[in-house]
Amino acid sequence: MAIYLLRRLGLAVITLFLLSVIIFFAGQVLPGNPARAILGPLSAESAVRALDHQLGVDRPLLTQYTSWITGLFHGNLGESYQYQSPVAPLLRAALVNSAKLGAFALVVIIPLGILGGVIAALYAGRPGDRIITLTGSSAAALPEFVTGIVVIVIFSVGLKLLPFPPQIQAGASFFGQLRALILPAIPLVFVLFGYIARMARAGTIEALESDYVRTATLKGLTRVAVIYRHVLRNSLLPTIAVIATQTGYLIGGLVVVERLFNYQGIGNLIFHAATAKDFPMLEAAVLTIGVVYMVATVGADVLTTVLNPRLRSEAAQ
Amino acid sequence: MTEAVAMPGGVVASDAERRDLPAWRLLLARPTFVVGALILLFWIACALFGTAIAPHDPLAQQLLGTNRPPSGAHWFGTDQLGRDVLSRVIVGAQSILIVAPLATVVGTVLGTALGLALGYFGGAVDLVVSRIVEAVLALPAILIIFMFVVALGVSTITQILVIGFIFTPLIARTVRSAVQVERQLDYLPAARLVGDRSFRIMFVEILPNVLPTVVVEFTVRLGYAIFTVATLAFLGFGPQLSTPDWGTDISANYALLGAGYWWETLFPALAIASLIIAINLVADAIDRVVAG
Amino acid sequence: MTATEEAAIPGPAAEPQSAVQVQHLDVSYRVRGRDRLALRDVSFQVGRNESYGLVGESGSGKSTVALALTRYLPRNGRVSGGSIRIGGRDPLVMNAAELRDLRARSVSMVYQEPGKALNPSIRVGRQVAEVYEVAGIGRADAIERSEAMLRKVQISDAGQVMQRYPHQLSGGMAQRVVIAMALAAEPELLILDEPTTALDATVEAEVLELIAGLREQLDTSLLFISHNLAVIAKMCDRVGVLYAGELIEEGPAQELFDQPRHPYTMGLLRCIPRQGQRKDHGRLDAIPGFLPAPGDEITGCIFAPRCPIAEQRCREAAPPAFDTGPGRTSRCYLHEETAHLPRNTPVDVQLSSPPRDAQPVIKVRNLAKTFTSRGQAVPALVGVNLDVERGETLGIVGESGSGKTTLARLLLGLIAPDAGSTIELAGQQLSADLKRRTDDQLKALQIVFQNPDSALNRRHTVRQLISRPLATLAGLSGSALAERLTDLVRSVRMEPRHLPLRPRQLSGGLKQRVAIARSFGGGPRIVVCDEPTSALDVSVQAAILNLLADLQAKEQVTYLFISHDLGLVRYLSDRIAVLYLGRVLELGPAERVFSGPHHPYTEALLSAVPSLDGQRTERIRLTGEIPSPANPPSGCVFHTRCPRRLTTGICESTEPPLAEVEPGHLMSCHIPIDQLATLQGTERT
Repeated sequence: MAIYLLRRLGLAVITLFLLSVIIFFAGQVLPGNPARAILGPLSAESAVRALDHQLGVDRPLLTQYTSWITGLFHGNLGESYQYQSPVAPLLRAALVNSAKLGAFALVVIIPLGILGGVIAALYAGRPGDRIITLTGSSAAALPEFVTGIVVIVIFSVGLKLLPFPPQIQAGASFFGQLRALILPAIPLVFVLFGYIARMARAGTIEALESDYVRTATLKGLTRVAVIYRHVLRNSLLPTIAVIATQTGYLIGGLVVVERLFNYQGIGNLIFHAATAKDFPMLEAAVLTIGVVYMVATVGADVLTTVLNPRLRSEAAQ
Repeated sequence: MTEAVAMPGGVVASDAERRDLPAWRLLLARPTFVVGALILLFWIACALFGTAIAPHDPLAQQLLGTNRPPSGAHWFGTDQLGRDVLSRVIVGAQSILIVAPLATVVGTVLGTALGLALGYFGGAVDLVVSRIVEAVLALPAILIIFMFVVALGVSTITQILVIGFIFTPLIARTVRSAVQVERQLDYLPAARLVGDRSFRIMFVEILPNVLPTVVVEFTVRLGYAIFTVATLAFLGFGPQLSTPDWGTDISANYALLGAGYWWETLFPALAIASLIIAINLVADAIDRVVAG
Repeated sequence: MTATEEAAIPGPAAEPQSAVQVQHLDVSYRVRGRDRLALRDVSFQVGRNESYGLVGESGSGKSTVALALTRYLPRNGRVSGGSIRIGGRDPLVMNAAELRDLRARSVSMVYQEPGKALNPSIRVGRQVAEVYEVAGIGRADAIERSEAMLRKVQISDAGQVMQRYPHQLSGGMAQRVVIAMALAAEPELLILDEPTTALDATVEAEVLELIAGLREQLDTSLLFISHNLAVIAKMCDRVGVLYAGELIEEGPAQELFDQPRHPYTMGLLRCIPRQGQRKDHGRLDAIPGFLPAPGDEITGCIFAPRCPIAEQRCREAAPPAFDTGPGRTSRCYLHEETAHLPRNTPVDVQLSSPPRDAQPVIKVRNLAKTFTSRGQAVPALVGVNLDVERGETLGIVGESGSGKTTLARLLLGLIAPDAGSTIELAGQQLSADLKRRTDDQLKALQIVFQNPDSALNRRHTVRQLISRPLATLAGLSGSALAERLTDLVRSVRMEPRHLPLRPRQLSGGLKQRVAIARSFGGGPRIVVCDEPTSALDVSVQAAILNLLADLQAKEQVTYLFISHDLGLVRYLSDRIAVLYLGRVLELGPAERVFSGPHHPYTEALLSAVPSLDGQRTERIRLTGEIPSPANPPSGCVFHTRCPRRLTTGICESTEPPLAEVEPGHLMSCHIPIDQLATLQGTERT
């Protein structure tokens, strides 16, 4: 078991390493000259070169990369071009905000998605199922800003229930914060519901059609007992893995949602960093997201292996 | 089922033959497909003939008539530069319906080829490439595309290529799984025993069997391509200047929502929504016909 | 009894004591908006403590009977007519609570694939205990009783097994657990639907004996559903034969099989090889025609279209159930003529074989293959030496883990053998790598796979499938190819009009013919037949086997016939090799290997296979399960289960060499052949 865990972690580390290379490449290599990008096309050559030197981009690529990576390990995420101050504290604050929004969305979506999927499976093929499935997949396909706009127009402009743009007052109460989070969370919920419901549905259908459910039913168990004891255990396993990987979509959605609602999270941070060509900030932020995603994926993998008896015994060998 | 044996001096009795309905017949029988296809056709028509259909010139600014709510003259109202929103919505179909399908085609062609190769050959190459793919996919696609677009600048070609390249591993992964399922079957060793070479086996034996998967992937990815193009436009990476584009228009006008000017953003948003839902319905119908 | 004697009211008056009573049962399924009858007017009765067998091929509706009895039909199925009584109660009108009670206490089912019947995420012990808990017993008691039940089904370390998960059990053990669950509630009726079809012969024999023993102990009635007539003959008192949803004959088991009274039953019996039948003497007969498609409107006798003695009245009105003896009925106007039913194929044919060559066409020396699974080395084949003579049929028998499929794939070059193995084809060494073999070598060695659904590319037409080897291996094109194509199609008894069809439009037998045509397309010299009829119905099997025999004579090819079915192997083979755990235990002429003296394993295998012939040799009981190939026993690999193991200890310590004990007959056993002959009661000639 320990070997399996180590191996899994090792793979994750390799993947992260590859990721850092990709990000570095995108950030440092592609845009050409960052100093030029910052100062604009009309600045003097000498000024550009001076800034290049100050930024350290005139060093060989490999040196730049290694100094960046080692810096990361020391907690030094570089200095933001825009704000002329260390990246780390800004990133941390933004991450906390995004975490709140993300967590809120997940808390809503997980029970909703699972419930929707299981119900759809129990009524498979019938109108109830079609409605849930089609609604879910359609909602998931809509960009967050589209659903965001519709939601804003209905609840804010039309019904005037919730404020737009939502302001989080510093030191606001828990419920005050929640109230502000509702609008931005809705587009995220839309995007995630479809996928989670679909996985839950597929898993439940497979379980319902299995031989062991037949055995259980023919033992004389009530329908509820069959579903609770035999079906859910097997159908929700793949769903757990999916939920963890959905953090990927969640984070992607954050960029758009935070921009739309002007919410000071990591998504907004990335956007501003990108438009201002603030590469240290951009790279650090994107890499952070990569780490979060990797943690979620590894966690999901390990959880699946631990919960599935067959995989568990295989891993233990 | 039992079957025929030549009776002494007799004719071989007939076997049970199944009638196969052609795919398009089955599709047209589904209301979801019909609705989705109609909406899709509508937007394609707008993309092709938009300038002829639009009631006003989408670029014409009216500085005295800015931010007018929907009325008889302007069904969808005017935006902050006085341009007719309806005309901009109609003509705006063009930009998104060029980039998204092309990007999906690029991704599907490359992804299918890659998936076939990885699934068929397996081994060390598969292991390495799969790691790389996983690294690429470790980030949500939108972020990767975002980074590349920021770095490379935005242009139609860039968008098509970047989105296409991001889709490649996603599609390759699905195709690879489908190929691995086929590998369990005996017709592959049968082909090798007849002397067929790998290339032929991949494209003549395996590909026809995974084609349904590819078609479904294509339609699903198309929806996501539209999603991505619209999102990029919203984030400021759409076509520049005053070209009518749904995402860009929303991006330009959404700050006005606080002031209550909802029509300038709602209608383009609904246009995006309808297009995506249409594709989704079509994809769902195709998926069910293929699976059934 | 005359043919005009009318039947009594179908089914005797209901005894309140009968375990199951089915009367005029109709079951239909709704497919694409139309109702199709799967069961039509089925009536039968199972008395208390009686064992009743339901026999039928695919499409007969036998599984539907089981589903209807427990009211577990799928959503689109329903009972559209007739009645069911189980222990006097009617399951069709029960409410949910009563139905649960019925399922918990009165009726239990055992299905085909035991591994899948158990929840993979719950420990075995809990699942068995659940049966007791449903009956209202407390958890602690339930666990105790579960353990006792597991011991009753001869699972020796029951306590340990209770803690395991289903995937950690072997097939035989899993089926015992399922049987334990089924009998735990001491039901009045136990329904078994193909319970041993997925198991090896020796394991099957044990499970069947277990079922028979338990049934006596617990006083349970048995409804045994199977396509295997021999198993039914062994396990059941009475039998009902189902054809296309109708019960066409019924009666005491052995009597019915000895003297059938319906043309279909007779036809079916003729499809199964019995002792003494060979491909050229006493040929298997096949049933011409096709099953009626489900939902077809039938006027008259349902079997008439395929019946060789059908008359006008047979086609006009469906025959009622005639009384054909005490406790026997038959739905046939001409049931008296059954004994003289004309055959479809001649009994004896002349099959020519090519002259023997000086050297064997295939020579295998020291063939070995070791797989690695999760770090462990699993030897699938160990040190196999084999000679195959030109024109012969070498039968290869073995249970799971014997390595017979691995042997086939190694010969064909689909997998690479371990170093030190040599395979020679007509004196030339065959490269292990398929790509490095010459075109001639590729041509010479072909295979017919077990499952035509898997072996034929479902997107290609029959024409494409058969033409391919003609183009690549035989190098034909244009009109030459077209001509050869037509020849080939006719030689497998298909028609040119089949050419544009795709596999899914063909029946199982036709698909296998396409596969056979493809194998013969390149003009091979050796064809490996890997379980070519296992996926087919009994009545189709005979036609395919005879086709193979005829093709062999016509094209002068050598066969390697791999099968787990001893009857088929005996029918078709000239020589037989018996494999166990990757080693050849015996190799010799077919009749010698079958009648003895033979290897103790062969002896046990033969006694495990139920036979219709009625002569019951004393069953050799093998203890334990087949060892895992990853951990083969020391010395002779069979010694752990061998009932004739020598007391000197040599069997545990030394692996016996494969030595010639009689001219042409090799065996790997420490017991001298004379002693074997005495022990087994056979004479050495």
